[in-house]
Amino acid sequence: MRLISYWRWFVSVLLLAITPYALAHGESKFNLPKGVTPISHDIYDLHMTIFWICVGIGVIVFGVMIYTLIYHRKSRGVKPAQFHEHTLVEIVWAVIPLLILVAMAIPATLVLIRMNDTTEADINIKVTGYQWKWQYEYLDHGISYFSNLSTPRDELENRKPTKGQWYLLEVDKPLVVPIHKKIRFLVTANDVVHSWWVPSLGIKRDAIPGFIYEAWARIEKPGTYRGQCAELCGVNHGFMPIVVKAVTEEEYNKWIAEQTQQKTAAAQLSTKSLTKDELMTLGKKVHDTNCAVCHKVDGSGMPPAFPAITGSHIATGPIAKHIDIVLNGKLGTAMQAFGSQLSDADIAAVVTYQRNALGNSKGDMVNTQEIKAARVKEKN
Amino acid sequence: MAEVITHETEHHHYEPGHEKTLGAKIARWVFTTNHKDIGTLYLWLSFLMFFVAGGMALLIRTELFMPGARFISPEFFNQMTTMHGLIMVFGVVMPALTGLANWQIPLMIGAPDMALPRLNNWSFWLLPFAFLLLISTFFIEGPAPNFGWTFYAPLSTQYGPPSTDFMIFAIHLMGLSSIMGAINIIATIINMRAPGMSYMKMPVFAWSWFITAFLLLGIMPVLAGCVTMMLTDRHFGTSFFNAAGGGDPLLFQHLFWFFGHPEVYVLILPAFGIISEILPTFSRKKIFGYRFMVYAIVVIAVLSYVVWAHHMFTTGIPLASELFFMYATMIIAVPTGVKVFNWTATMFKGSLSFETPMLFAIGFLFMFTFGGFSGLMLAIVPADVQYQDSYFVVAHFHYVLMSGSVYAIMAAIYYWLPKWCGYMYCEKLGKWHFWLTTLGMNITFFVMHFLGLAGMPRRIPDYPLQFEDFNRIATIGAFILGFSQLIFLYNVIKTIRGKNRVKASAEVWEGHHGLEWTVASPAPYHTFSTPPKID
Amino acid sequence: MNNQPIDYAARQRKIRRLAMLLGLAAFGMLGFGYLLVPIYNVMCKAFGINGKTNEQPIAYNAADPVDKSRWVTIEFVTSRNNQMPWEFNPLVKKIRVHPGEINRIAFYAKNDSDHEMMVQAIPSVTPGLAAKHLKKTECFCFTQQSLKAGESMDMPVLFHIDRDLPKEVNEMTLSYTMFDITHMKHKKNANAGKIS
Repeated sequence: MRLISYWRWFVSVLLLAITPYALAHGESKFNLPKGVTPISHDIYDLHMTIFWICVGIGVIVFGVMIYTLIYHRKSRGVKPAQFHEHTLVEIVWAVIPLLILVAMAIPATLVLIRMNDTTEADINIKVTGYQWKWQYEYLDHGISYFSNLSTPRDELENRKPTKGQWYLLEVDKPLVVPIHKKIRFLVTANDVVHSWWVPSLGIKRDAIPGFIYEAWARIEKPGTYRGQCAELCGVNHGFMPIVVKAVTEEEYNKWIAEQTQQKTAAAQLSTKSLTKDELMTLGKKVHDTNCAVCHKVDGSGMPPAFPAITGSHIATGPIAKHIDIVLNGKLGTAMQAFGSQLSDADIAAVVTYQRNALGNSKGDMVNTQEIKAARVKEKN
Repeated sequence: MAEVITHETEHHHYEPGHEKTLGAKIARWVFTTNHKDIGTLYLWLSFLMFFVAGGMALLIRTELFMPGARFISPEFFNQMTTMHGLIMVFGVVMPALTGLANWQIPLMIGAPDMALPRLNNWSFWLLPFAFLLLISTFFIEGPAPNFGWTFYAPLSTQYGPPSTDFMIFAIHLMGLSSIMGAINIIATIINMRAPGMSYMKMPVFAWSWFITAFLLLGIMPVLAGCVTMMLTDRHFGTSFFNAAGGGDPLLFQHLFWFFGHPEVYVLILPAFGIISEILPTFSRKKIFGYRFMVYAIVVIAVLSYVVWAHHMFTTGIPLASELFFMYATMIIAVPTGVKVFNWTATMFKGSLSFETPMLFAIGFLFMFTFGGFSGLMLAIVPADVQYQDSYFVVAHFHYVLMSGSVYAIMAAIYYWLPKWCGYMYCEKLGKWHFWLTTLGMNITFFVMHFLGLAGMPRRIPDYPLQFEDFNRIATIGAFILGFSQLIFLYNVIKTIRGKNRVKASAEVWEGHHGLEWTVASPAPYHTFSTPPKID
Repeated sequence: MNNQPIDYAARQRKIRRLAMLLGLAAFGMLGFGYLLVPIYNVMCKAFGINGKTNEQPIAYNAADPVDKSRWVTIEFVTSRNNQMPWEFNPLVKKIRVHPGEINRIAFYAKNDSDHEMMVQAIPSVTPGLAAKHLKKTECFCFTQQSLKAGESMDMPVLFHIDRDLPKEVNEMTLSYTMFDITHMKHKKNANAGKIS
């Protein structure tokens, strides 16, 4: 038994030793991050308070146990005492913990009330969980985009000898927010329950389809803060990270302006024809970020749930059917409708790419205008 | 004691061990209504499932040894986490505790058998079919259940694989089995106590099961209702959990945890009872504060019904209910603390010796208390926002379930095995088993606290690089933990076959207390046909 | 020391009776499990769980005074579950209102698919404690909506914020999620909501 107690002491000493480390670096491998919002600081302080209270109680309780184990052994020739009840003692050791609990509940209640702040926010962002990516909508600016895992498949499948620093914590388009502003996140989901968790912001909010919840943050320091989906949401639950880039207000405004411009540019792109090479290059990008999650980078898929694209009757059959399934998905399967997520150019490119790469060589191609036409045709 | 025995005698003609044909041997176990036989069946089922679900845990840990997709696919990984959880809870801990109840409760209260022997037979024999059904999902088309043992809607309803229906029926069978078992235990304790065995003289183990049985009666039907709603949502067009039809996915979580939280007390209360039997024996001292131990169990059981939403602090429930559930959860620490203090006081100034059951009981005492501390931290809502669904939670519940319930079960088996089979187990192997298990247990789960705090979500098949070293440590620990259970299996089989050549006396332990030690070792097939005298 | 002989027949009867009783209790708990569903719905309305709002129209009394001293910002948000092929947007994204005054807003919906579809919109308000103070007199969410392929429509909502809205709430969000119920067997709100 003494081994166990040594182990505990060892851990306590270890925790003591790493506390300065945690203070110096802000983030630690052993402890909660202190974070960059007032709430995350409150949570951190509360966490440490409870932790030390538990350590204190633990030292006393385990101390008595260890004392007993050492000194009250039969092998030391101890004769057992006869006492076996004492009402006052029972009351005392029920009341003292109760008082400690009250002492813990007070700060916890205060922080909790602070977390439920419903005053007006400066920026409203809707966060929607999808199987398996996040969508961010800037409600005040009409900007909306998806944020996909950007770790290369070669790293996920160990074809590269080393993995990048932010393996599984990197996305193609991070959420960009300004510092020192009250940001309100409206969280919901498109399909199943997800959970939006960014430890440094002190936010974890479940995203439930059909319902909307809010969380808020006022970020104090520019930087990149990373998190992951915290509620099991299907096969790729571990592959939908969250990246929040906090920037100064000027940078944020510049970014908003850029995004608005890009939106207009994208609208123009959809009227412009692309060459086959352009389509193939863009198509590979679109395929790798959107399709490869299920159908793999090489198009081999994961049958039976996720069929192969290589040699499939969709990718080698009539092109109209191929466009249709990408635009509208297939009911009752995991194949979702990409019509609202991808631009005409993206869809034209990915269809062309899938028919002329991944082991297919259909030779045909489709351009942006035809996708636009296909969308219109569907509507009628 | 010369009263005429009427009803009881009909069971007494039969003595096992003389069956000649294989059919007769099988029939003996299939048709048995003897509480000792049924207890044995429960325990062996649990033992088998322990290795099945433990094997799944090792597959999970192997995948997590290094980052990158290496060993099993994310799809299969999710099936493993789901089945590991379901089987460990319903297939290992619950049957083991029910098996112990079957063996020990009649022996401890001086009853000849359970009150409803035939019902007892049915409750057991539902279980093998339930688990066959559950495990068959690996062999049918489409994935096995892959949405976690908590099977949250709509992932398990609109998005669940076809095998979900098999799981639902398996849960119905397990629920039915538990309800019948609970009815039997209540009926036995109320009616079958030997004359003079008043409630406040009952061993704490019997008390803990008595209360647990009421918990089971209260929650298993709710779970049955909940999975039935899932079934009708999936196939018959109802919308309990589907927002489109006016339902609510959050309602599922409320119903599930209304069952789920008392359920964790179903898993731990009988363990409390076991520890309360073992510590006095090896301290050679009466249990300290018997009455308060019983009251504490009652208080915990009652409170367990009003804390369920602490599993849902991040779902956006209103402030007032967050406060209520936080306070209620924190209050559970008081009766739990009383129990820990009483156990410590039981050992204090005793005359301690450290046979294997005592080692496991002390291991329980330390590590369960430790898991209690992390439980207290989890109760604090603002902090729980960071802990929820992270590895911190995984660490917490393995400390209370593995080093809590499972340690108590192992302690109980070492403690009562000599009574059951008449031979002493091998003490040396028992000690090896304990130390290796404890080493493996702490290596595996201690580092998970760090992983959770540093931000690793649970149920992910691959992880960012910063979590690599602790995951490696955990995997190494898991293999030590897993393989040291083979020592246990070997020791148990060796003991049952009498290979240790050390016959157990009727009392077995020097500091023994209670009726079970007044019958011979091995316990005869029929005991207490004439009620014992109790002073 | 109790030395009376045990009456086994009586004990057996007692056991049977108790087992029956406990069996009934278990059935009772099964019923209670189902009862939790309506209890939950009542709790939702009382505490604003999930920001649920009224499912039946609440009449607006024009005679009630308007609290001109207070402004509340209301933001409108839409989602399409499972990325259903409809357009669904608020015509006005944000309004400022006084508690007590009646407001009329509208949402635009268009069926972009190639077949007729039936939808149900599910409202949700955040912060949850404000939900019961948002009272709708008319809402497209009271009934199902149906559009032929390519058709579009404007769907109105008539609502007011009641004057009891807690002081600390200055901003709230009304969200609608649209669900495709074309193939659902039993639909919610089969009877159209009328002003009560």
